[in-house]
Amino acid sequence: MTRPLRALLGATAVCAFAAAAIAQTTITVATVNNGDMIRMQGLMDDFYAKNPDIKVEWVTLEENVLRQNVTTDIATGGGQYDVMTIGTYEVPIWGKQNWLVSLNDLPADYDAGDILPAIAGGLTVDGNLLAAPFYGESSMVMYRKDLMEKAGMAMPDAPTWADIEKAAAAMTDKDAGIYGVCLRGKAGWGENMAFLTAMSNSFGARWFDENWVAQFDQPEWKATLDFYLNLMTNYGPPGASGNGFNENLTLFNQGKCGMWIDATVAASFVTGKDSTVADSVGFALAPDNGLGKRGNWLWAWSLAIPSSSKKQDAAKAFINWATNKDYLALVASKEGWANVPPGTRTSLYSNAEYAKVPFAKMTIDSINSADPTNPTVKPVPYVGVQFVAIPEFAGIATSVGELFSAALAGQMTADEALAKAQTLTADEMKAAGYN
Amino acid sequence: MSTHSSRTAGRLMVSPSVIVLFIWMVVPLAITIFFSFRFYRLLSPGRERWVGFDNYAWFLNSPDFWVAILNTLLLVIGVLIITVVFGILIALLIDQPVWGQGILRILVISPFFVMPPVAASIWENLFMHPQNGLLAAASRGLGQEPILYLEAYPMASIIFIVSWEWLPFATLILLTALQSMSSEQLEAAEMDGASAFNRFRFMTLPHLKRAITVVVLIQTIFLLGIFGEIFTTTQGGPGSASTTLPYMIYKQALIAKDVGRAAAGGIIAVILANIVAIGLMRAIGKNIDA
Repeated sequence: MTRPLRALLGATAVCAFAAAAIAQTTITVATVNNGDMIRMQGLMDDFYAKNPDIKVEWVTLEENVLRQNVTTDIATGGGQYDVMTIGTYEVPIWGKQNWLVSLNDLPADYDAGDILPAIAGGLTVDGNLLAAPFYGESSMVMYRKDLMEKAGMAMPDAPTWADIEKAAAAMTDKDAGIYGVCLRGKAGWGENMAFLTAMSNSFGARWFDENWVAQFDQPEWKATLDFYLNLMTNYGPPGASGNGFNENLTLFNQGKCGMWIDATVAASFVTGKDSTVADSVGFALAPDNGLGKRGNWLWAWSLAIPSSSKKQDAAKAFINWATNKDYLALVASKEGWANVPPGTRTSLYSNAEYAKVPFAKMTIDSINSADPTNPTVKPVPYVGVQFVAIPEFAGIATSVGELFSAALAGQMTADEALAKAQTLTADEMKAAGYN
Repeated sequence: MSTHSSRTAGRLMVSPSVIVLFIWMVVPLAITIFFSFRFYRLLSPGRERWVGFDNYAWFLNSPDFWVAILNTLLLVIGVLIITVVFGILIALLIDQPVWGQGILRILVISPFFVMPPVAASIWENLFMHPQNGLLAAASRGLGQEPILYLEAYPMASIIFIVSWEWLPFATLILLTALQSMSSEQLEAAEMDGASAFNRFRFMTLPHLKRAITVVVLIQTIFLLGIFGEIFTTTQGGPGSASTTLPYMIYKQALIAKDVGRAAAGGIIAVILANIVAIGLMRAIGKNIDA
C-alpha cells in the first residue's frame, strides 16, 4: 500500500467513527438530588434498552443550587441543558416568557389525561402542558399515635387549627424533650413562607388583593402569625427559627415532635428505616378553620424542555420514559410500591397494590384538596398555593420570611413584623411596576 | 547599574503581564459598574433599562444595609482580635519544647484545613444545636436550659466559628516568626533580670510586629468576603441579625435574581474594602517596610 492510500483509509475509518457518534444524541438533564431522582438514575438501563440512540448526561444538584443554575441558564439563553427539573413556581413564570417547549405532543401512551388535575393545572399555561410532573406533593399532619393515645386523645382525619393546638398542648412534655408541634421557622420562600402562606390560606388571608395591593396589614394575616407564634412559643422546640424541612425531619425521627405539618413526601421517611418512631406515625389532612380552604400546599418536581434546546425530540423521549405510567410500574417491580414517585397520576391511586401503602390515601386527599388556580378564600390575581407565581415573589417572600423568622426568635413582635412586611412588599411591588 | 535603555527594556518586558493583570481586574469591574446602573432582573426579560443610581439608593435605603455593614465590620474586627491575641498565646505555648511537639502542632493547625461550610455545619449541628448539640447536653447536665447560640447570639456565634477556623493560620504565621527569634538575646535579657512580662512586652512583641501585620492584612481580605459560614448556619438570620454585605448581595443576585441591585451591592462592597484597606495600610502597613 502506498502511503497516500493508507492515509486515505485511515481518514475513512475516522469518518465512520464520527458518523456513529453523530447518530447517538447526548442530552443533558439537570435534576435535584432527591431520593426519587437518584433512584431514576439507577434505572437508566431500561431507558437505554428502549432508546439505544440517546445518551443521558446527568447534572445532579441540591435544590437551591439547581434552581440558581437552571434559572440563570434559561434567563441568559445559556443552553446548557436539554431537560430541566423545575417546580410549580417556575413553570407559569417561564411559560409566560416562552422559555419552555409545549409537551402537548407527547405520544399517546403518555396519557396526559391521567395526570392528577390539581397537578396538571399548575403546570399548564394557555392550554399547553409545559412540564411533565415527576412527583407531586402536598402537605399534611404527621403525628405520633402513641403520644396521642397517652394523652387520651384521637386525631380527626380532617383537624381544625383548634384541634392542633389542643393536641400540641396535650403532647408537650418539655422535661422529656418532647415538643407538641414542630413547624418550619427557617427563613426562605421555600421554607417558612411555604408553610405560612399555605397556613394563611386557611385563615382567609391572601398575599395580594385583585389590584396587587399587599395584604399584610389585614386582620387575617395577623390572626395567622399570632396563632403560629403562640403555637411555636408554647409547644414548639427551642431554636425553631433555624428549623427547615431537614431539621424538623431529624427531630421528628428522633421522637422529639408530637406533630409535624410538612410535605407529604416526608411520610416515607418518617415511616422508613431511619426513623425511631416509624411504627407509631399517623397522618391527617392539613388543618383548616372552617373557611373552606385547608392549610396545605401543592408542589410538583417536573421535567421541562427549554426552548433553547436543540435536541427536543430526544428530550421528549426521555421525559416520556421518566414520567410515564410504565416508569411507575418499573420502580414498583424493582423497589416496591412504597418507593414509587407519588402524586402525579390518577391511575396510581386506583391501583389496589399502591392503596396498601400507609400514606397513599392521605397524600392523594391532600393533593386533591389544594387548588393552585383558586388558592384562597378571597379572590386573588395570582396562581399558586404556597407561593405567588410572579418573578418577584422569591425575593420578596425571602425577606418577609426573615421578618417572620425574627418574630419567632423573639427579636420583634408580630405587629412589627407584619408592618415591615407590608412596607417591604408594597415597595417592591411598586418598584416592579405592579402598582 | 541600570542605564536608561535597560530600564526601558525592562518595562517593555514586564508590560505584557501588567497589561494582562490590568485587564483581569478592569473588565469584571467595568461590567459590574455597567450592570449596577441597569434595571436587570433575570426573570423579567425585556424590561432592561438605565435607572441611574436607583440600585444604589435601594441598597442605602434598605433597613438591612447598615446592619449588614456593621455586621461585616464586627465580623472582621472580632475575628482579628481573637485570632491575633490567641494566636500569639498559642504560638508562645507550642513554641516551648514539649514531648510530642510535632503532633501537637499539626493538631493545632488542622482546623484550617476543614472547609468553611463543613466547619460551620459541624459547629451548628454537633455543638450548638439546641436539642442534639454537645454544648446543649453540657448545659442540661448542669441543670440549665440549653443556650440557643445561633438564635440568641447569631453574630457572636459566627465570629466564634470563623475565629476557630482562622486561629490556626494566625498561629502558624506567628509561630514561624517566634522561631526566628534569637534565644541568646532572650537569655541575656533574663540574666540581666528582665521579668517574663517585660521580655514579652519589649522583645517578643516588637519582633512579632511584622508577622502580626501580615496576619491582619491577609485575614482582612478574606474576612470581608465571609459567606459560607453564614449561609450554612443562620442564613443571615434570625431576621437580619447576622446578615453581612456579601450575604445581602447573594440574596439579591441568586434569590431575587436581580443583577442590577447585586452589582450595585458589589460596587459598594468594593468601596468598603478599599476604605478598610487604605485605613489598614495607613495604620500598620508601614511595619512591612521596616
